[in-house]
Amino acid sequence: MDREGALRAAGEWDARYARGGALPALAGLPVAVKDIICTAGMPTTCGSRILAGWVPPYDATVVSRLKDAGAVIVGKTNLDEFAMGSSTENSGFGPTRNPWDPERVPGGSSGGSAAAVAAGMTPLALGTDTGGSIRQPAGFTSIVGMKPTYGRVSRYGLVAFASSLDQVGPMARTVADAALLLQVIAGRDPKDSTSVDVPVEDYPGTLPRGVRGLRIGIVREAFGQGLQGDVGEAVRAAAAHLGSLGAALTEVSLPSIPYALPTYYLLATSEASANLARYDGVQYGLRVPTDDLFTMYTRTRRQGFGSEVKRRIMLGTYALSAGYYEGFFLKAQRVRTLIRREFLQALDAVDLVLMPVSPTVPFRLGEKVDDPLQMYLADIYTIPVNLAGLPGISVPCGFSSGLPIGLQLIGKPFDEATVLRAAYAYEQDTDWHTRRPPVVGQSRSQAVAEVHKRDHATTPPRRAPKRGAQTRQRSSRKSKKARTRK
Amino acid sequence: MPMDPSVVEHVARLARLELSDEERQRFARQLGSILEYCATLNELDTEHVEPTSHVLTLTNVFRDDVAGTPLPRDAVLAAAPDHEDGFFKVPPIIETE
Repeated sequence: MDREGALRAAGEWDARYARGGALPALAGLPVAVKDIICTAGMPTTCGSRILAGWVPPYDATVVSRLKDAGAVIVGKTNLDEFAMGSSTENSGFGPTRNPWDPERVPGGSSGGSAAAVAAGMTPLALGTDTGGSIRQPAGFTSIVGMKPTYGRVSRYGLVAFASSLDQVGPMARTVADAALLLQVIAGRDPKDSTSVDVPVEDYPGTLPRGVRGLRIGIVREAFGQGLQGDVGEAVRAAAAHLGSLGAALTEVSLPSIPYALPTYYLLATSEASANLARYDGVQYGLRVPTDDLFTMYTRTRRQGFGSEVKRRIMLGTYALSAGYYEGFFLKAQRVRTLIRREFLQALDAVDLVLMPVSPTVPFRLGEKVDDPLQMYLADIYTIPVNLAGLPGISVPCGFSSGLPIGLQLIGKPFDEATVLRAAYAYEQDTDWHTRRPPVVGQSRSQAVAEVHKRDHATTPPRRAPKRGAQTRQRSSRKSKKARTRK
Repeated sequence: MPMDPSVVEHVARLARLELSDEERQRFARQLGSILEYCATLNELDTEHVEPTSHVLTLTNVFRDDVAGTPLPRDAVLAAAPDHEDGFFKVPPIIETE
């Protein structure tokens, strides 16, 4: 939280408003920024101990665009360390909880931004999405989150995880708000040579055009094994709803989708192993002092990185190393071609592709931390979209026992307008986005007391009996850690 | 199948990571099973498929050859763990004797 800075900026916008005259698009609006995006003068940790206390000397382009548009940067939000994770449990500074159920994860890696928007702490937030890190937490918290086309938004000042996949995008309570935020951050930036000079449409202006005549393809392979029943039903119902609004529904096939997950874990970790080589204790961040340089590197990295980051650096280094490069890294790059080709072929015949965001509703804290592969499966429907480089959105489409479900719509390259327009049509004809989690309206002390009570109750609500004892231990240990940090 | 301990050690050295004994064992097990899963990619025939390194059709991106304003040296060094006379400072690299 930057309380003083935010109040000062808000005061300035109040004064300008009182003077009258035109105001920029986001004048005085609070925006929270995922803590992997550089903010001058404000610490940027990436959720990592290795960058604890680091203050960037410059603003990311998306941040300076926000400021130019009048936004008030209220603070930085928690994330899985270096955006590596699907639950925000991998943060070096403690986990974030889901406002819909504090015993559950908010998704990740942009879990802090998602929870802040869902809980009403801020109307707008920036997230980043490498394999689903905007859309999955948006779906888990019943908000709107969009990953723009690769190249749509500048990444200057975004700390790199996997450079061929990373993209910054908007998170908001409604599609209209997300469209407004995207409008501000989109467009070519000379400081990022991978940002593309494709005209930015008037996203808010195109929203009301409706879906009549739009062709929407439902992905056949996305409704099979591993998909929770309630989630599949809600997403199919949402598709039918779009049909009733005039969209033409068909089925499309993306047979290589089951291979997206292993492809992603080879490519993203390989790129990460190279990108994270810069944390060596020399230019910024942590240094563990030793007498020789090599040990300084290895010990600094041992102490500074968390488990998931080390695991991914190891996997990526392996996939790039002599003898394994052809069989793993290059193989994955070839499969990526197949996946992208299938998406583009499907999008020749339809305007949008439709899938669930996640195979399940939000899971419990601690449920998947010991099994990386299980955790990775949380992203099976979002990862293919990053590999193909396409724009995708998560929009609320229902609940299962009070836990949110998200609908994913995917568009053609740089056709964010159509994605937003269809999401808007669905949202305006449903009321999922108007529901608020139980914590909203409670005072902070009430909410904290409730979490405390849950953690110490002998028979906690909604807990499957067979895993009761184990989860109990874990969750109370974690929450103790979280409490001591406050 | 767990990753061979010598491979774990080799990769950790390449990655400039010091691992604890516990991490060495855990990563050997976890990386083994993740790589087994990744080997499912071999079910696909990709012999005539070009690799995709990124999805854009960009080649070289040039800007005008005009000097810009770099970040102030003080601001950059302020974030460094150690510096001297305007440079980053590290332990000795070349042995003296």
